[in-house]
Amino acid sequence: MTIETETEDTDNVNIFEVSDVNVYYGDFRAIRDVSIDIEANEITAFIGPSGCGKTTMLRSFNRMNDLIPTARVTGELKYRGVSLYDKRVDPVEVRRRIGMVFQKPNPFPKSVYDNVAYGPRIAGNVSKGAEMDDLVESSLRKAALWDEVKDRLKSSALGMSGGQQQRLCIARAIATNPDVVLMDEPCSALDPIATGRIEELMAQLKDEYSIVIVTHNMQQAARVSDKTAFFSVEVSEESDLRTGILVEFGSTDLMFSNPTDERTENYVTGRFG
Amino acid sequence: MALSTLNSGAEYAKEKVAADLQGKSFDFAGAVFRLSLLTGLAFGILILGAVMWDVLGDGTGFLFDRGWDFITGNAKSRSDEYGIFEGLRGTFWIGVFVVVFSFPIGIGAAIYLEEYAPDNRVTRFIELNIRNLAGVPSVVYGVLGLAIFVRALDGFYPNSLDKHLGSTTAAAGATLAILVLPIVIITSAEAIRAVPQALREGGFGVGATKWEVIRHHVLPYAAPGIFTGTLLSLARALGEAAPLILVGGVLGSLGPKSSLFELEQLGERFTAMPLMITQLAKKPAFVGDWNSATAAAILVLLVVVIFANLVAILLRNHFEKKRSN
Repeated sequence: MTIETETEDTDNVNIFEVSDVNVYYGDFRAIRDVSIDIEANEITAFIGPSGCGKTTMLRSFNRMNDLIPTARVTGELKYRGVSLYDKRVDPVEVRRRIGMVFQKPNPFPKSVYDNVAYGPRIAGNVSKGAEMDDLVESSLRKAALWDEVKDRLKSSALGMSGGQQQRLCIARAIATNPDVVLMDEPCSALDPIATGRIEELMAQLKDEYSIVIVTHNMQQAARVSDKTAFFSVEVSEESDLRTGILVEFGSTDLMFSNPTDERTENYVTGRFG
Repeated sequence: MALSTLNSGAEYAKEKVAADLQGKSFDFAGAVFRLSLLTGLAFGILILGAVMWDVLGDGTGFLFDRGWDFITGNAKSRSDEYGIFEGLRGTFWIGVFVVVFSFPIGIGAAIYLEEYAPDNRVTRFIELNIRNLAGVPSVVYGVLGLAIFVRALDGFYPNSLDKHLGSTTAAAGATLAILVLPIVIITSAEAIRAVPQALREGGFGVGATKWEVIRHHVLPYAAPGIFTGTLLSLARALGEAAPLILVGGVLGSLGPKSSLFELEQLGERFTAMPLMITQLAKKPAFVGDWNSATAAAILVLLVVVIFANLVAILLRNHFEKKRSN
């Protein structure tokens, strides 16, 4: 398969190639003409004010927008060279390779163990018993949660703190051994200590996974990401409709120190948004 | 700061602040509102208590005197020989029909409406109509049962006698199954709608198919609500009398006694607890103790219905517990 040959050179492989993508909810255009290339084994941050379409863009990467009946995607959105919105593509298979961590921790109302084991179990490629136990342990270790939960794997995930729940959701997402992990404001419901832990975690995970993170927190984007994309809202003068656009995309250092677009500069310096 | 100068003013002296904060004023409107709510509650409980008192007072003694004979005996013309077995048997089979037909069909329809049907005008129109059907008087369902299950399916039942057309236990069960179907659909759909979207997204996010999300996440989460709603609808079916009269329930003895589980009776004529109670209540008070027999029969039906509700509560607790740990 082409995937194998492409991944050999890990420095400059594009995991997503987005060109002229528009996402509509019914007649409403949520994002307009976004073109962006996202590299493998990097952390890419999407920043921007509320309503700028960064979450919409993120949810297009694993076809989560399919769950909204009126959502429609036009343009070309390629994952490792394969068009994601091709008719032959199975969204279930897409989501196995492209995992997701949501804004609010949403563990299943099951035990800690079953939360992590669920994805591999339904994928059917890990057998019960020792093999699954190992996978659960390694996923929880990667999510820096193992030491806290190893004695209560059988107790409910809902009894954990918010930060622990979110790390469990990360463990759940990486248990299926995905290629990419999408994170939609993963720390917005967490305190600074839990946030710090998740940021450390992301830095460790990027060796194995590509990460795209949506965040409202500019310091967070500056701290953790390699590349930053700044989205903004364009308000139509005639109809007052708001559409998300990609303003600028580049290395995080440049975006925060010397952005080319004035709108980016205003946003990152806190004069707008 | 400006604030601190204000704080030191007489306006903020401790005595003044204490007087302001501690001077409770009586919330008259709130008290009246609360009292009226309490009156409503007390009124409801009082009526219920009076009915229970009356039934218990008339029925318990009779029930203890007759004992098991009252439960297993047939409808006789003397109050001290009367038994309600035929009614219990009919009510049992009506319950079986509701559980076997209404529950799976109704829960299935609810899952389809909530999880699969597109959110468009047709779906909303169907949903609105199901809601309306739940409010249709039960007598109308009796007419429906008469037209469909009694007349149209006449001769379909092997044992039905010509002169009785198709007024069989099966027809009665099917009619009541249809009567509660809209209630089962609505309550199940509401339980499914209450499942958080975040839970579905979590399932889809790790690569679950739609079927897996429904089977592993939506249904277990909705189970307590579904069980509560469906079993309450069962209790409703067990207490209905009007549709059964139209379907041709027998207001008297059925004659030879067949046992509770014999399948042949599905094609035979039927009676049920509510019909027996109607009949008993019409008996003259001056020959025998029909008053007590009526109360005793009501007590038995109440126990059956309360049992169904109890099962609903236990199942709900069981699934709620499962959901939270």
